[in-house]
Amino acid sequence: MTKKITLSKLNDLLKDMEVEALEGVTIEGDIELEMDAIGGLNPQLAYLLGQETAQIAGHLINISQLLGYPVDQLLGKPLIDDSKRVAQPKELIPSTFKVNKMEEWTNEIQEVTLGASSSDGGTRKSIITLGGENALPYYFDSPMPHRNHITMDVFDMPIGMAKAVKSNYEDVMDSPAEWAKKNVKEFGADMVTIHLISTDPNIKDTSAKEAAETVADVLQAVDVPIVIGGSGNPEKDPEVLEKAAEIAQGERVLLASASLNLDYERIAAAAKQYGHVVLSWTQLEINAQKELNRKLMKQCNVNREDIIMDPTTAALGYGLDYAYTNMERIRLAGLIGDDELNFPMSSGTTNAWGARESWMINSPLKEDSDWGPREYRGPIWEIITGLTLALAGNDLFMMMHPASVAVLKEITKSLHGSHARNPVDISNWITTKVL
Amino acid sequence: MKINSPLEVYQYLPQTNCKECGEPTCMAFASHLIDRSIKLEDCKPILEDAYKEKYQELNELMAPEIAEVTIGVGEHVVTVGGDDVMYRHQLTFFNPPAFALDVWDTMSQSDLIERVTYIRDFKKFYVGRFLTLDMIAIRSVSGDPDTFKQAVTLVMEHTQLPLVLCSLDPAVLQAGLEVAAEKKPLLYAATKDNWQGVYDLAIEYNVPVVLFAPDDLDTLKSLAVTFLENGYKDLILDPGTNPQGRSLRDSFENFLMIRRAGIKEGQNDVAFPLMAVPMTAYMTNDDPVSASYWETVLCGVFTVRYGDIMILHSIEPYALLPEMHIRDTVYTDPRTPVKVDSRVYKVGSPDKDSPVFVTTNFALTFYTVESDLASNEINCHLLAVDTDGLGVEAAVAGGQLNGKNIADDFKKGNFDFSNKTNHNTVIIPGLAARLQGDLEDNSGLNVMVGPPDSGRIPGWMEKNWPVEG
Ligand code: B12
Ligand code: SF4
Repeated sequence: MTKKITLSKLNDLLKDMEVEALEGVTIEGDIELEMDAIGGLNPQLAYLLGQETAQIAGHLINISQLLGYPVDQLLGKPLIDDSKRVAQPKELIPSTFKVNKMEEWTNEIQEVTLGASSSDGGTRKSIITLGGENALPYYFDSPMPHRNHITMDVFDMPIGMAKAVKSNYEDVMDSPAEWAKKNVKEFGADMVTIHLISTDPNIKDTSAKEAAETVADVLQAVDVPIVIGGSGNPEKDPEVLEKAAEIAQGERVLLASASLNLDYERIAAAAKQYGHVVLSWTQLEINAQKELNRKLMKQCNVNREDIIMDPTTAALGYGLDYAYTNMERIRLAGLIGDDELNFPMSSGTTNAWGARESWMINSPLKEDSDWGPREYRGPIWEIITGLTLALAGNDLFMMMHPASVAVLKEITKSLHGSHARNPVDISNWITTKVL
Repeated sequence: MKINSPLEVYQYLPQTNCKECGEPTCMAFASHLIDRSIKLEDCKPILEDAYKEKYQELNELMAPEIAEVTIGVGEHVVTVGGDDVMYRHQLTFFNPPAFALDVWDTMSQSDLIERVTYIRDFKKFYVGRFLTLDMIAIRSVSGDPDTFKQAVTLVMEHTQLPLVLCSLDPAVLQAGLEVAAEKKPLLYAATKDNWQGVYDLAIEYNVPVVLFAPDDLDTLKSLAVTFLENGYKDLILDPGTNPQGRSLRDSFENFLMIRRAGIKEGQNDVAFPLMAVPMTAYMTNDDPVSASYWETVLCGVFTVRYGDIMILHSIEPYALLPEMHIRDTVYTDPRTPVKVDSRVYKVGSPDKDSPVFVTTNFALTFYTVESDLASNEINCHLLAVDTDGLGVEAAVAGGQLNGKNIADDFKKGNFDFSNKTNHNTVIIPGLAARLQGDLEDNSGLNVMVGPPDSGRIPGWMEKNWPVEG
């Protein structure tokens, strides 16, 4: 089908069409064109124009190119791959989706149990097991035997905290035992952490013996497993934790923490002697974490099933990128075979309350949009900090706000697959009516 | 990327070491191409005809595993996808997920305008720039093409942000395209039932399109293969975002599986950006705070695991702030801390009586301190010490912040205390208190220790400034 057409005629032909791409291309003279097969025409244009004019346009483009007009740029890159262009598709091409499981993840994360029941020499009614998985959290490669757990903070003296948090504890601040009870009964804590911060010589310098009594009170008040935390003072902590370990003999508490900047041998020895688990704490450094774990195992003879790691939590917006990646790297290393890193992990998620966004009334910056009510900002800051680390492989969360605990529990259980709720038909979410 | 060593890349370059790209050698340029810190087009010689073939081959080899899709035009254009790795520490993630906030076509005009304006203008300062929202998703709730068209028109009158046109009815989508096509909106969505109509629109208007097959990866892949075989590749995949329970876990798994297939197994027909719809949280939660919280949580989950574009409903700051921050967290480049130039900055208009503060060049630290000073109208000088981008405590612990380099950086900045101040005094961060003596020895200055948190500087000033002497 060869046709002849003159350029002037062609101009007329195209005049009424919306061919933006050809705008500004003026053609003079009366050359005769031979119209044959489409050859080289951008099929997108062909489609826009309809076949016959498309042929004409194709030639027009060729000529314009010959004249040095940058038609290509005007047309943009062709969307449709010529060679593939077929007629109007009528049927879906059937396909099956398949993907392989991770073969590299051969190493299991160590299972660690917290709390001991009467049959095991303790008095706990609930026992918690962490670890045991062979994949990143909630991945389909292999089942995750244990869900994430949450331990809620109790302090051995009233302390300053964000208003949103404090309002939940004002009635129990003076009694660690009552505080612990409230955490479990009202807020659904899986565990409680008693922080013996008053033992710090710069705070109250409470004696190790007195602190141990507080621990005994908490053990009396609740029947969930507990974490015992020192004040963070590297000189005093070994002594405090030794006494606490002694009074909690047989309960399989988590001793927080052994770190490289204090006498970790004493803490490890106390854990061994009284049947507890050691929290191995380092600061955002994978090699330091390996080193400390190795020392605990080789030098202090702590059993593998008695170690949990805290690689440090930095808050959302304040270093969470480091904390997240550090944990993810640690977990991946453990899964592919690093036996110095395949332990369950714990996060001091409460660090989120250090972020200004979680507690300041307003943004300090005039240019910012309004930050809205802080009562809602704080808890979600804690949730997102925890959730991000849950996805990186963190197992145990030390938390503070009851709402944060409830939501983090629900999302981690949902991802874990242990939170049944009715499915929702999302196929037409577009028309959802919301206020 | 189908290629992973600079040596392989080098084979395709002109190998003349002409330095036009700003790199000393072609090999250096090659290594930057591998870490994606430079564009192939920065090598001008390779764009010449003589290298045309090599350029094309290399371009193909270097294409990211996950396709990049561009939505919108002009200044606010959004690019999604483009990742090469499964975990951010393996390189970095590219193109942070685009957040599209929804409006719907049954809103009153005034509500719609108010909402669009709010979304358009929402911003939060963070390390030297503003975090903002990217797109508007317009949902057809009415199901009526004209109503939809009016809504689209109204939105476009109030923002340049790129649009997502949402309806499963091609007639409605077409009505939207008739007014918005030139802005290159994203079409949501082609499904197993309407795909032919949406395909035609995508071709006719040359716009990217989302394929939506909830909980059915076979169908999702069928749609993708069908579009691809018919020459259409500006695709985004939505495997469905179930808001709760076990089906949420299924959705999570679908994201993982598709991304693994694309990156690890090179399955090109699913190597596209993924869309998540956290707004499905509103299908199960009646109370607005719970719904907003849950939506934020879903946004967090899919920001960490492979969502490239999201449709969100809540415009509450307590939803938007954490969402924008978690996105920044996951997509910030782990290879380089974000730094500011190390020099002496002026805050306000300092004179000889004004205090001189020291902080580090870690962007987060610097901007926090600077904004605390500026918003409290404290006129002063502020030195950002070169600590390799570490914050105060980490730099003190690691030795990058010490008396000597503080003194040195004042010298490098030509800051002469005897002529710029009449107090010869410098104030260091409370968390760097132990450097006091060291700095006195190195600088001969009077060194004061400020509060631990720069937010407390105003209170501290009341008690300690002007310095007695
Ligand atoms: C993120 C982080 C890191 C990141 C660093 C990221 C970076 N670019 O800085 C990485 C992973 C690299 C890191 C490494 C290390 N870290 Co670190 N890290 C943190 C973490 C989690 C957050 C720090 C942060 O970003 N804070 C936010 C910024 C804005 O705070 P800032 O710089 O201090 O600024 C504030 C104040 O100082 C003050 N301020 C700042 N300037 C000024 C100026 C004036 C005049 C005044 C008055 C006030 C003021 O106001 C600011 C706003 O509040 C903290 C723990 C924590 N949660 O705080 C540990 C922490 C700082 N790290 C610590 C340590 C020990 C280390 C390492 C030595 C660990 C190791 N074993 O390798 C290394 C050191 C690395 C090196 N120097 O070579 C310790 C420091 C302990 C100490 N006091 O000595 C901390 C406190 C953790 C801990 N509890 O043990 N770390
Ligand atoms: S511009 Fe191209 S040819 Fe010249 S040095 Fe750089 S990479 Fe090599």
